[in-house]
Amino acid sequence: MNQPPVSEADLQAYVDRRLEGARLADVEAYLAANPSEAARIGSYRSQGERLREIYAPVLDEIVPDRLTRSVAVRRSPWVAMAAALAWVSIGAISGWQLHVLYQGQGRGATVAQAPLARHAAVAHATYSPEVRHPVEVGADQEAHLVAWLSKRLGAKVRAPNLETVGYSLVGGRLLPGESGPVAQFMYQCKAGTRVTLYLRTKVPNNEETAFRYSDEKGVRVFYWIDRTFGYAVSSADIGKDVLFKVANSAYAQLNP
Amino acid sequence: MKDSAQVVALIPRLRRYALALVGDRAAADDLVQDTLERALNKFHLWRRGSDLRAWLFTVMHNVYVNQVRSRREFLALEGEALELPVRAAHDAPLEARDVARALARLPAEQREVLLLVVLEDLSYEEAALALGVPIGTIMSRLSRAREKLRALMEGLPSSGRLHIIK
Repeated sequence: MNQPPVSEADLQAYVDRRLEGARLADVEAYLAANPSEAARIGSYRSQGERLREIYAPVLDEIVPDRLTRSVAVRRSPWVAMAAALAWVSIGAISGWQLHVLYQGQGRGATVAQAPLARHAAVAHATYSPEVRHPVEVGADQEAHLVAWLSKRLGAKVRAPNLETVGYSLVGGRLLPGESGPVAQFMYQCKAGTRVTLYLRTKVPNNEETAFRYSDEKGVRVFYWIDRTFGYAVSSADIGKDVLFKVANSAYAQLNP
Repeated sequence: MKDSAQVVALIPRLRRYALALVGDRAAADDLVQDTLERALNKFHLWRRGSDLRAWLFTVMHNVYVNQVRSRREFLALEGEALELPVRAAHDAPLEARDVARALARLPAEQREVLLLVVLEDLSYEEAALALGVPIGTIMSRLSRAREKLRALMEGLPSSGRLHIIK
């Protein structure tokens, strides 16, 4: 008769094991006298256990680089912009120097390919951190994407399948290049790191090259040129060895 | 910065909560990333000595609410997709996917409370601060969330009517 009233809030707190002393005793007594309530409260507890059990493995997963990076590297938009400007000016100066070199010595075919790696690295640095709009056309419309880019580049473009090396196609976009449109395909692995494949149509005076590697200020790039395209595979997140595997897979498919 | 090391240490918990909240891995990590970026920009607002984890959940809540608001029409469509049949009552314990689907059918404000309290073990006071509502509201949302989730997980009709939109 004189049992103090037990509120729904008390019951919830009991589920969460946050009651103590007299209140805990009151609720236990109430539940002992009300089996259906005891069953309901019991089911809430097992519900909680199930939730914790299901989501516990997330705590042991490797945190994607992009998340740690967003804390470690505190880049304000100004810093990012300054970095982008630095890239542009480096590109301009080197382009000019190469021009001089090329004219003066009549050689430089090997150096002249460096802009490919650099442009690819800039494009990678620009778009790979993008959260909401990493691509213009998603992989769900791959046929459309490939047809569209082929049309704009004026040559048949292909997006290699990199699933065997752990990277899925996210999509692609069209970019302005030095002498016309260029394309970028973006790939992402399960852990969230991204790799981009940059491709541009052949530039006059560029000869075919085999696989080359370049470290463009922290963006690692493997690139090569064939009869139709210059290709560059870039990443800022994965090591040279892993990137080599990815690039090699792309190379094997694009230059069979 | 020592504080950033503390933030990094909490990322797994933010990811767990975000995954349970939004149900999709990529979207969950986007939410975490937006939260971290915003938290770093607003780091001066964190009272040193107060619980960093609870504060990060506050930031995440604000980011999430903004996302939901800007995507309301999109979410309405998603809501329809989620009305597809949840597996009918089997005796076997529900698969993780079914639980996730049931969670997704809770109203967002109930889901947040349930996950902060049950998954992240925030006190009711911390949850109230994080979500910017009184404790009484936390308690009533918690009660409704549990009851609705129970109904969904047991394949029972819940009090809130859900209907299939063709």
